[in-house]
Amino acid sequence: MTAAASTSEDPGLWKTLTARPAVLVALVVFGAILAAAILAPWIAPADPARMSVRARLSPPLGDYIFGADAFGRDVLSRLLFAGRVSLSIGLGVAVLSTALGIVIGLAAGFFRRLDAPLSRLIDAMMAFPDILLAIALVAILGGSAANVVLALSIVYTPRIARIVRAATLVIRELPYVEAARALGSSNLSIMVWHVLPNIVSPITVQATFIFAYAMLAEAGLSFLGVGVDPSIPTWGTMVNEGRQYIDQALYLILFPGIAISLAVLSLQLIGDGLRDALDPRLAKDV
Amino acid sequence: MSEAPILEVAKLSVAFRSRGRAVTALRDVSFAIEAGKTLALVGESGSGKSVTSLALLGLLPPNGKVTSGRASYRARSGDSLDLAGLSQRDFRKIRGSEIAMIFQEPMSSLNPLYSIGDQIGEMLDLHENLDGATRRRRVIEMLEMVEIPAAASRLGNYPHEMSGGMRQRVMIALALVCAPQLLIADEPTTALDVTVQAQILDLMRRLQRDMGMSILFITHDMGVVAEMADDVAVMYAGAVVEAASVKTLFANPAHPYTRGLLASIPRPGRPEGERLKAIPGQVPPLTALPRGCAFAPRCDLALTACEEPVSLETVAAGHRAACIRASEVMADA
Repeated sequence: MTAAASTSEDPGLWKTLTARPAVLVALVVFGAILAAAILAPWIAPADPARMSVRARLSPPLGDYIFGADAFGRDVLSRLLFAGRVSLSIGLGVAVLSTALGIVIGLAAGFFRRLDAPLSRLIDAMMAFPDILLAIALVAILGGSAANVVLALSIVYTPRIARIVRAATLVIRELPYVEAARALGSSNLSIMVWHVLPNIVSPITVQATFIFAYAMLAEAGLSFLGVGVDPSIPTWGTMVNEGRQYIDQALYLILFPGIAISLAVLSLQLIGDGLRDALDPRLAKDV
Repeated sequence: MSEAPILEVAKLSVAFRSRGRAVTALRDVSFAIEAGKTLALVGESGSGKSVTSLALLGLLPPNGKVTSGRASYRARSGDSLDLAGLSQRDFRKIRGSEIAMIFQEPMSSLNPLYSIGDQIGEMLDLHENLDGATRRRRVIEMLEMVEIPAAASRLGNYPHEMSGGMRQRVMIALALVCAPQLLIADEPTTALDVTVQAQILDLMRRLQRDMGMSILFITHDMGVVAEMADDVAVMYAGAVVEAASVKTLFANPAHPYTRGLLASIPRPGRPEGERLKAIPGQVPPLTALPRGCAFAPRCDLALTACEEPVSLETVAAGHRAACIRASEVMADA
């Protein structure tokens, strides 16, 4: 046997990912949304909180490109600033639920004694409809942005934990893990050194999806009025506020609605692309 | 040898709990390994060779347990440790540094995600506290010791870039980099080509001489035993049925099973056209062992007395066998 297998150059994750047009478009769209949100303070045409009685419900393509809301606030500026909050919440949930999920999943997969109780807990949490559990948690914790992140992280942690547990159960039994144990590796070093690197791919993919779900759930919570404080613009609160004027000013829910859809759709496509690119079994022309 | 053996296993028994029933996998296994020597543990699949090695390192699966016996290991510090009753914490301290183990599958015993330099370095990190340069030097030295050409340039190689023989060399490097006193080798050459097998055995012998370690060599290959071992313990259905030095065992087997094993391997000078002798029947399942000698149902010398339990008895100086007709078997040879 020689090193022939490795002579064909690995095309690299980025190349594989961008080879698919849908994923490439999604990356561009999401990149644009992200850039717009980050640059909001510099590119927003107006102060998102400044009200004007005269501009009340003025339609798009007039003085205000995306129109003005019921308080005469510039919709475009609000959209840009709301994006910062919505994306931050999505990212926060993705990061926090991944961290929690890794810890719980590793513990359940590694220590047989913890497996049954932790797995039942995960099952029980997954049996609840996401949005109901989130509403209940926000109701208990109170409606700040941080609490919404916490509540949604708790809701999505089981998804990561399940994947991590399943992968850990498989990897734990691999010969090289047994060999490592026979040569003195501790449980912790086996987890960090052998198990974690093996599950980076499925976790990354799932975290991307959770990012999208969390943004959608945040919008849902805000729309239902149990999300973040209404004074903080998020895409969800914008839809909620616009709902009352749906017969006079459809654009009030149209633009934040489009923003949510584009962000979630592009993230989902990126997640799909990542899954395909990271899974060697789905890799084409190898 | 005037020195006490490095490892002395005495009446070690291991049981597995399976569906509420306890199945005895090892029954009163006893053997000793002298310092710097090699003991081969020989037997068919399922005879308990691997269970013995796992028990000695505290690696039995959760449903397996040492039920009785001792395994006195003489640590580097001079203390005697009983491996049969050690805590996982204490086991972790001796694994790799005092006793190391290599496995049958060099293809899958290395983590595909790390370069070989990193994997050997990780071993050093586990047991010794070294600075970067010393660590690197030790890794290269070790790779040179296992005769990997251009060792320094191969640190960044990944397991998939290497052949089976090379990987087993890396595995050996991994096991020996912390200079253990005892190496447990569980069929380390079974998965390799015959020519590579010979190279690896040569290498192990040389490393043993250079480092002065003892080896517990687990195999089912009598040819490998003849080449590697100083002493042999033959296992059958979870018990040692014969133990002697290699010379004695090959020249004058005392147990019908050992004789059967030796008769079933081809030897040069065998009359042309003569068929190899196979041992009829198969190993009884551990759940249904006879009360007496486990080999009796397959043995052509079996008597009614073989239905009574039999134990390992000394049949000659340094030669023990568990057979009531051992003297006849020896005289026959």
